[in-house]
Amino acid sequence: MKKIVIDPITRIEGHQKVEVTVDDGVVKDARSSGMLFRGIELILQGRDPRDANRITQRICGVCPTAHSMASALCLDDAFGIAERIPENGRIMRNLILGSNYLQSHILHFYHLAALDYVDVTSVADYEGTDPELTAVKDFIARGELGPFVPRYEGDYRLSKEENRAAVAHYLLALHMRRKTHEMLSIFGGKMPHNCSVVPGGVTERPTVDKMTAFLWRVNEIRDFIKNVYIPDIVMVAGKYSDHLEVGKGCGNYLSYGAFDMKAAPSDLAKKKRFINPGTTDTKLEPVSVDADKITEQLKHSWYDDSFTNRHPSNGATAPRYPKEEGYSWIKAPRYGGKPYEVGPLARTLVSYAQGDAAVKEAVDGLLGELKAGPEVLFSVLGRHAARALETGFVADAMAEWVLQLKPGEPVCQEYTLPEEGTGVGMTGAPRGALGHWIRVKDGVISNYQAVVPTTWNASPRDDSDTPGPMEQAIIGTTVKDPENPFEVVRIVRSFDPCLACSVHLVTPKGRNIRKVPLL
Amino acid sequence: MPKGQVQEYPVIWFQGASCSGCVVSVLNSASPTVRNLLVDQVVPGKHVSLKFMPTVMAAAGEIAIEAMESSASASKGEYLLVVEGAVPTKQNGIYGMVGEKDGREIPIVEWVTSLAADALAVIALGTCASYGGIFGARPNPTGCVGVGDVLEKAGVSVPVINVPGCPPHPDWFTGTVARVLLGGLPSADEIDEDGRLLAFYGKLIHENCPRRAYFDEGKFAKKFGDEGCLHELGCKGPLTYADCPIRLWNNGQNWCIGSGGPCAGCTQPEFPDLFSPLYVKVSDVDLPVIGEYWADKERSAQE
Repeated sequence: MKKIVIDPITRIEGHQKVEVTVDDGVVKDARSSGMLFRGIELILQGRDPRDANRITQRICGVCPTAHSMASALCLDDAFGIAERIPENGRIMRNLILGSNYLQSHILHFYHLAALDYVDVTSVADYEGTDPELTAVKDFIARGELGPFVPRYEGDYRLSKEENRAAVAHYLLALHMRRKTHEMLSIFGGKMPHNCSVVPGGVTERPTVDKMTAFLWRVNEIRDFIKNVYIPDIVMVAGKYSDHLEVGKGCGNYLSYGAFDMKAAPSDLAKKKRFINPGTTDTKLEPVSVDADKITEQLKHSWYDDSFTNRHPSNGATAPRYPKEEGYSWIKAPRYGGKPYEVGPLARTLVSYAQGDAAVKEAVDGLLGELKAGPEVLFSVLGRHAARALETGFVADAMAEWVLQLKPGEPVCQEYTLPEEGTGVGMTGAPRGALGHWIRVKDGVISNYQAVVPTTWNASPRDDSDTPGPMEQAIIGTTVKDPENPFEVVRIVRSFDPCLACSVHLVTPKGRNIRKVPLL
Repeated sequence: MPKGQVQEYPVIWFQGASCSGCVVSVLNSASPTVRNLLVDQVVPGKHVSLKFMPTVMAAAGEIAIEAMESSASASKGEYLLVVEGAVPTKQNGIYGMVGEKDGREIPIVEWVTSLAADALAVIALGTCASYGGIFGARPNPTGCVGVGDVLEKAGVSVPVINVPGCPPHPDWFTGTVARVLLGGLPSADEIDEDGRLLAFYGKLIHENCPRRAYFDEGKFAKKFGDEGCLHELGCKGPLTYADCPIRLWNNGQNWCIGSGGPCAGCTQPEFPDLFSPLYVKVSDVDLPVIGEYWADKERSAQE
């Protein structure tokens, strides 16, 4: 038996540790731990409810827009205006969220995951004239290779030509990723941390020049997705085809859907969304979502056990560190008592199971290229492939949505701040199902909770000691060289973990808040 | 230095209690591009050698920590330490830990203190690293503070340059690094009392705001999407130092007030607590008396 501790896991968002026990080259046990706790939900208590929209974005700087969207939906609900969001507001919110889908997915594949598959040093003896590759060659020749080396060695399989193409795409993707944020800021003001999404709609007003500026940026990104990103996934899958079989995980998939096609109440059953909510499993049968089945369990998390297994709307947690069976700041959300994977793969599988025509066509097309059946989707490369395909769907849809904006028409619904109320906002962050729950009392936030994608995926064991989805994906994997545990980090990164998102805190009671000086 | 020889500037980028928004913002740098920052000579003859940067580096786990420690000891007194995020200090820092040594998890506060002690200078990137920011907001459950405060308490004497903003504009970061590479550490008269470079934080948002004329005329937006000054919707521009109105964000596309969103004051030590509630009007007494509107108001009050 050998224990391998990987701390920190890099090229993810935040502070994560993964500990695996290997026996005879096979992982017998795996533990995923969130190593940073910031207490954002506690910080929210006693504040003006509207401030949640700004503050929850700071849960995660990679996908703050998803938090501003969930928070806006949650506040729309609490303020009683969910059905009255003006069309311009609804559409601009979708364009803002959608731009960040493109940003997050491109960043993930090229800048977070690719260095596990692509060997940058293959450019050392490049003799061509491409200015980007020449710059990398000069860099390598100077001999200071940080941040690309050191790294785990021993499993880089692409040919020299494939590697060079991929390095050039890594650099090209840096520009593309930046442009997705430029798109976003056209309607969102700035990014990271947009200031335009607010309860009621957005603050920005659409004009023809902004619509055009957005359209031609999204069209450029669509070219990149179709002609670079998706072909690169197929190329990597060709050389690492065993990764179509490893890292399966729990086999349960959950999606709240994303992108409202019509202003509607918070109940997921009443939502008409571009990506539909639902659940499924490896049999790919469609099942609807019942939000009442969500609970958070605490036995192995550093929180007080007495609040375990509550629904987030009345959940309550208090940190307890150290704790005998605890090993993570991440809680263990469960759906109907079971672990569920969330993210682009879960969303794609749910849509596929529901028979969504566009998703079926794209997935079946990709499977045709890979000469494989849908079972290969439940894997490391299945997650990367689903992410790439989803980037394409969302980009294509945004090119249509932006032209539906109507300059001169309202962008934001007015409201009266309630003294008391509750609200829920459920949507899809790039990394998966995201829910915010609020309780307002005496005009201020008395409780706020966020159950975020990585809390689902990177959760520790639950009250019945069942490992979380990522832990299950690692257990059973063959590790060829314990000094270079490539296999483990590839599985972890395929989930695109966001640790900053996943660790947060709610306390049982509201607090007295001192009056602030600027009133 | 002989022509063609490139001087390597080692940089260690450490993440504390952050949201990664600062590094994502730096990835939005347009000129220089991220490629320029990573592999090119960012100023002629000088290359920033990123020894440890958890968001982009190839290495993970022990080899990543080793890379950080060996570069710190190999270039003692020569490396720039960039800290992104606040430093959790409550209960000896148990709320944030990175890496292990001899089976013991190491708190962020220990890393920051020891890495800073051997650095040439520290760049506190973002409002959290500068002043505590959102994660240091009341009731500050993890005891988050800025890097300057941590070092002062630990008795570590090293120059700290604050680059606040939630997130900071990429130009503020690259400009600060360029300042150090081109001319060494900034002198005291280039820095304000909050430790920021005056080059970027020298003027109030309000001074250069394109909606300033509305303020002077007393034309105020009453709801989101209205024309007019955002004062009554809670804008903190009159209390906030940064060059956003002239620099603009995301390669010149837009900025907060440009999109009709009130300035939240995110570059200030007061952010967020003393600026909360964010959407409530700043009281008149807090406003600097500038512009005809307020001068008139003063005159009529005196009459």
